[in-house]
Amino acid sequence: MQGILATLMFVAPDWVRNTVTHERPPNVFWADYVVWPVLQILIVLFIVLTLVAYLVYLERKVSAFMQARLGPMRVGPWGLLQPAADGLKLLLKEDIIPLKADRVVFALAPIISVVSALVVLAVIPWGAAWATIANINIGLLFILAVSSVGVLGLVLAGWASNSKYSLLGALRSSAQMVSYEIGLGLSIIGALMFARTLSMSGIVEAQQADHIWYVFFQPLGFLVYVISALGETNRAPFDLPEAESELVAGYHTEYSGFRWALFFMAEYSAMIVTAAIAVTLFLGGWMLPGVTGTSFFGWFGPIQNPTLHTIASVVVFGLKIMLLIYAYMWFRWTWPRYRYDQLMELGWKWMIPAGLANIVLTGIWYVLAMPPSRGGVFNLMREVGGRLVPTGKGALYFFVTGTAITVPLVWLLLANINRRSRDFNLHDQRQLQINLRRERLEKALQPQAADNGAQ
Amino acid sequence: MQEQPAASGRETLFDSEEMVLNMGPQHPSTHGVLRVILRLDGETVVDLDCDVGYLHRGVEKIAESDTYAMITPYWDRLDYVAAVSNDLCYVGGVEKLLQIEVPKRAEYLRVVLTELQRIASHLLWLGTHALDIGAVTVLLYAFREREEILKIFEDFIGARLTAHAFRIGGLWWDVYPEFETRVRDFLKILPGRIEEYETLLNANRIWLQRTVGIGVLPAEEAINLSLTGPGLRGSGVKYDVRKAQPYSAYPDFDFEIPIGENGDTYDRYLCRMEEIKQAALIVEQALDGLPEGPVMAKVPKVIKPPVGEVYHSIEAPKGEIGVYLVSDGTSKPYRMRIRPPSYINLQSLKRMSIGHLVADVVALIGTLDIVLGEVDR
Repeated sequence: MQGILATLMFVAPDWVRNTVTHERPPNVFWADYVVWPVLQILIVLFIVLTLVAYLVYLERKVSAFMQARLGPMRVGPWGLLQPAADGLKLLLKEDIIPLKADRVVFALAPIISVVSALVVLAVIPWGAAWATIANINIGLLFILAVSSVGVLGLVLAGWASNSKYSLLGALRSSAQMVSYEIGLGLSIIGALMFARTLSMSGIVEAQQADHIWYVFFQPLGFLVYVISALGETNRAPFDLPEAESELVAGYHTEYSGFRWALFFMAEYSAMIVTAAIAVTLFLGGWMLPGVTGTSFFGWFGPIQNPTLHTIASVVVFGLKIMLLIYAYMWFRWTWPRYRYDQLMELGWKWMIPAGLANIVLTGIWYVLAMPPSRGGVFNLMREVGGRLVPTGKGALYFFVTGTAITVPLVWLLLANINRRSRDFNLHDQRQLQINLRRERLEKALQPQAADNGAQ
Repeated sequence: MQEQPAASGRETLFDSEEMVLNMGPQHPSTHGVLRVILRLDGETVVDLDCDVGYLHRGVEKIAESDTYAMITPYWDRLDYVAAVSNDLCYVGGVEKLLQIEVPKRAEYLRVVLTELQRIASHLLWLGTHALDIGAVTVLLYAFREREEILKIFEDFIGARLTAHAFRIGGLWWDVYPEFETRVRDFLKILPGRIEEYETLLNANRIWLQRTVGIGVLPAEEAINLSLTGPGLRGSGVKYDVRKAQPYSAYPDFDFEIPIGENGDTYDRYLCRMEEIKQAALIVEQALDGLPEGPVMAKVPKVIKPPVGEVYHSIEAPKGEIGVYLVSDGTSKPYRMRIRPPSYINLQSLKRMSIGHLVADVVALIGTLDIVLGEVDR
């Protein structure tokens, strides 16, 4: 039994690929561009959709443990079959379309939402070698472009429902997602300067060549990315489009049954995608020193068997994603929700300027470190295969400038610019208001006292 | 001639009109069946109107055809999350009318139960208020401690929510033997738990942003709106019926009346948190000085108060709850009027909300701590 499983899981992909590609040369096109990708797509979709179902379960368990309760316990051991029960329930529920809704758009909206969330999975490097469906050279641009189509789904859903709550939810979500997308786009440029490629696999390989995860070069970029990604995926504390206590359920108020489940699926797969981009760009993708990609400081190397290495790389990538998603859940169950204007303020006054400043500063550090032959000053990088790779000292230089200079400098800059903003220094603002009121009261009392004296 | 109709169209590029949004009666954060009619300009509240009465049961009218003892349970169902406090108001009113001296032990136990009820009510408020603002976890934490109090009540009274604790003239039974230790055990865990809530909220940036400067009510305006309870004290007015017109055994205990400075949602939150701590102190003092003796005064089987009228009010968790009783010498009151703090506090919602966003209206309904059972009666 185990032999069959091992064959299916470890050997089959390579075997299928090798048989179809090498034994039948005339059919290379079909093998490389149809059979093998379809197999990959099915596997990735199956795993991701199962993962989405279990993320809901995980969310409920994590929240339960944080709130001193048990969470789902009834369906299966520890409630492990809960996702199946939920899915079945949603499938069997009545499909309600409001009488005055635009039926076509109403049906189309969840599909747009879920498709845009799932298409992106194609270019994510789930692991080394054959574990990526499509390694296209503009992978990151593709992700940003396709995932912004998802906003359309939400807007259409809100509009087609013909309900005020849905409309308000949709308006909020469109404004929010558009604003946070800018911050998201700006935050990744710093890392791209080091990677010098937009291909997702290329970015991981660049980190392998540089022997560093870009989070160490780009702490500010990472921070801005994670916060913007929270806003982009409508997760708490930015879950305004679906603020239960204000808008009941936001844009999907009127949806029920499996259409509603599609929105839910889109939200959770968007979570996986944003986490995957963060892992790819900043956390070294599928690399883990000593296991996959690079050796552990030269002590023991990565796994040598290529198949095993790829499997391990997929596991590593998955674990890193789960770590980020756990952080998302942690935030959700700890923090209150931002108000709409505060959320916009955070996006426009903090995230976007911080992203811009990060680009400028990273550019300056990068140019300074280039070799003098290419116009630099410090000569902390050398050219390897057409890419500039930081030397040992160079890595230290980028780490120090990124953490010790960029972050405090941008903080100081933005703090000074935003100091007069209403929400920045709450305690001072409060005291100011109290003093103003006291002055006004005293002024109002003075003429009265004079009148009393005259009488 | 041509300019007149075009002028209004040219002023704004797009047609914009105010939107009327019905929040409730079926809405998760209106705390029951309150219907708030919002006139919105974008998301800013231009005007607000509360439509109440979905839970109207005519308690005041029912009271005219019931005997004095039969009316008491109706009071449990007014502010159903603070049933014990309501009872104290009504039985206090009838005792004043009958001029009955309640035994010391009964008075002390009444204080213990009422203050525990205050803690429970404030915990429920904290949980739901935080939930409205989006902090879900606080709700579960607050309910955990409230559960302890409800268990103590359940073992004494038999009911958890509509705990009918008091009778005219005292208590129906003495408390069970372990009552004191169980209350003391609860008081031991409470400070640590309050610290947990405060760690989650007090210095939380988002919590501050959502509450500081929201729904500011200056002291004069709060008085003019006849606001009572933590809402009034949050605006800096040191008015508490327990100190202003002491009743029951409250003169025997030392406690502070916490007041706020700014009159915003954050100050009202701080006030309520401090009140929980003060209530715990009062319970401890009452248990320390709990006298022995009977718990029931001599009360005639058929209660027929002399002709006259009386007003009695106490400090309920929501504010000043009062009863106005007119007796015509029969066994049924001629008229009973309730002063419901939630209903009167609700009137300040309009004043607080205008100019804020929809999200703030939700926070402000929360900060007023209304219970619809009491608003609609």
